[in-house]
Amino acid sequence: MSEQSTINFTQAYALALDEAMAADPTVVLLGEDIGDKEGGGVFKVTAGLSTKYGDVRVRTTPISEQAIAGAAIGASLAGMRPVAEIMFMNFMTVAMDQIVNHAAKLRFMSGGATSVPITLRTRSGAGSGNGGQHSDMLEAWFAHVPGIKVVIPSSPADAVGLLRACIEDDDPCLFIEDGLTRTVKGPAPGPNHILPLGKAHVEREGSDVSVISYGRPLQEIRKLADQFAGEGVSVEIVDIRTVSPLDTDTIVTSVCKTGRAIVAHEAVRSFGAGAEIAARIQEHAFSSLKAPVKRVASKDSTVPFAHSLELEFLYKASDIEAAVRQTLDGM
Amino acid sequence: MTTADSFSSSVLLEIYRKALLIRVVDEGIRGLILSGNLRIAMHPPTGQEIVAAAMGLNLETTDYLVTIYRGLHDQLAKGIPITLVVAEYFAKATGACKGKGGPMHMTHPESGVMVTSGVVGSGMPIANGLAWASQIKGDNRVTVTSFGDGASNIGAFHEALNLAALWKLPIVFLCQNNRYGESTTYADATASSTVAERATAYGKNMVGVSVDGNDPESMWTAMRTAVVRARAGEGPTLLEANTFRLSGHYCGDSSPYIPKEEMEEAVANDPIKLTREAVIKSGAATEAALDEMKEAFEAELEEAMKFAHESPAPDLSEVETDVYGAA
Ligand SMILES: Cc1ncc(C[n+]2csc(CCOP(=O)(O)OP(=O)(O)O)c2C)c(N)n1
Ligand SMILES: [Mg+2]
Repeated sequence: MSEQSTINFTQAYALALDEAMAADPTVVLLGEDIGDKEGGGVFKVTAGLSTKYGDVRVRTTPISEQAIAGAAIGASLAGMRPVAEIMFMNFMTVAMDQIVNHAAKLRFMSGGATSVPITLRTRSGAGSGNGGQHSDMLEAWFAHVPGIKVVIPSSPADAVGLLRACIEDDDPCLFIEDGLTRTVKGPAPGPNHILPLGKAHVEREGSDVSVISYGRPLQEIRKLADQFAGEGVSVEIVDIRTVSPLDTDTIVTSVCKTGRAIVAHEAVRSFGAGAEIAARIQEHAFSSLKAPVKRVASKDSTVPFAHSLELEFLYKASDIEAAVRQTLDGM
Repeated sequence: MTTADSFSSSVLLEIYRKALLIRVVDEGIRGLILSGNLRIAMHPPTGQEIVAAAMGLNLETTDYLVTIYRGLHDQLAKGIPITLVVAEYFAKATGACKGKGGPMHMTHPESGVMVTSGVVGSGMPIANGLAWASQIKGDNRVTVTSFGDGASNIGAFHEALNLAALWKLPIVFLCQNNRYGESTTYADATASSTVAERATAYGKNMVGVSVDGNDPESMWTAMRTAVVRARAGEGPTLLEANTFRLSGHYCGDSSPYIPKEEMEEAVANDPIKLTREAVIKSGAATEAALDEMKEAFEAELEEAMKFAHESPAPDLSEVETDVYGAA
């Protein structure tokens, strides 16, 4: 891989926004500190965009999450495609009314007369010492609300393709960025790379066990799959990419083939996306299962500050490895 | 909409016309609910008709409105056809929202009714977005967001007013102060003596005005000024229309928490009655003409109810349509 052909996650988000703004004049950005005058965003994702596209299309807002989400919704009703940055995922909780009662439901409640083509970009993930109010993975909260699409990329190229897809989509999309892996690099996509939403990606074919995941854990799962291959165990990796609506078909097809399934995510275990995926597997692939479906997730607790505790809280690659071995043993 | 630049007896008549239509539909629907012929939750706008009529007359069809569960008056004043409103109240497939929204979520973009919210205060941030889009596009539209006095105590109100003033959005915050939020009085819930004075907290771009919302001339003039100001790009107005709710919080609420004298005085000052008298006194229409107007609206309502009654219920497949757009 030449230096030229790789980008990191932050560059990927920026590229997608730049391409989307260039392609469609109705794409506008809003959020706290996002303009170049304010430094181009706390995470620098929007750096350069207000200079390039002007501060009418890249608008720094007050610290008003309800006003930000509401402005995005209203502008989308009037034909714009706003992309709002909510600095940290925990701050989405301040705007839940706008997101859950309005963004998700206006299409339905209006009988299809209106729609809300907004993208909410947000960031989270434990491991950076940010403690309990800046680290939660709350994707299951939003996946539990029909009408919203929930998207989490696992590589820079996917980040470009999925963020572009969210912006072009006619429904409200929540695009979740991982803070810890923001500088991780991967192959750069070609121009105007747009992926389908609601489609899982079988990124590695295998025959013995399906590891189903999304977002950060894929970094570790890819290495584990190489390691298992050395032992003669063939791991199939399913990156769901879109948490909701979930691509049941791709998951079920994979598990019917391998007969074994591990679901891994960073979010806490209970009532998480893993529970939903496991339920769908047993509903649609029960007779193919050679072992119980295993879940790997973070502990049911608050993300701690002390690094040692934070590591103890988080799911571990060794948990995924152990789950695969147990499944192979039929346990 | 109106092209008049100043108040006149013909404007007065137009206000009465819209207000009367609202009262006729409101009474008709309440009649059905109270007689057990329509089982729905409804928040009547009885007594607040002049506010809505003055608002509607000052807006173009293309202007945007965001309103609330107590929204029948606003929706009719903005121009949603009666048939679509009534069929939606009847939860029929022919309703404005195919029977999927109901009174609390009435939407009709063709009339500019973009959102009706059942959550107190949450329409205001969305209305800002509509106004923001107009500002970006330069389409010369004005957005009105209607809400109650109680809603001025919600955080979203303050976030929205700050943003609207900061961005100088073409928007009018129309607070219909009917003195109660459910059963709690204005004074027991609100620290400021008027809602309008809260505008001063949002700087020079925001104007706060408090008027008698039941007085056609004051209400029309205040609305006119606010809309002209918004359309000229001069900034938002917090317009407090003082009014009263004559039929309780919901249809069936006998309002035991409202002192008898307060209610009696409000009934004696029913704005439909007073405005009718004013129209006749102004010479803009005769008593007979106004009676005829009422009969015509009643006939129109009957027609709409018949249509709604005969319309099909939504197909059961509608439960799973409009959740997401076409893939
Ligand atoms: C966020 C929220 N809290 C509480 C309610 C319940 N509720 C419905 S209407 C209402 C009173 C609102 O009063 P006001 O804003 O003055 O409007 P009005 O009903 O008088 O027109 C309340 C408390 C609600 N719908 N939404
Ligand atoms: Mg009230």
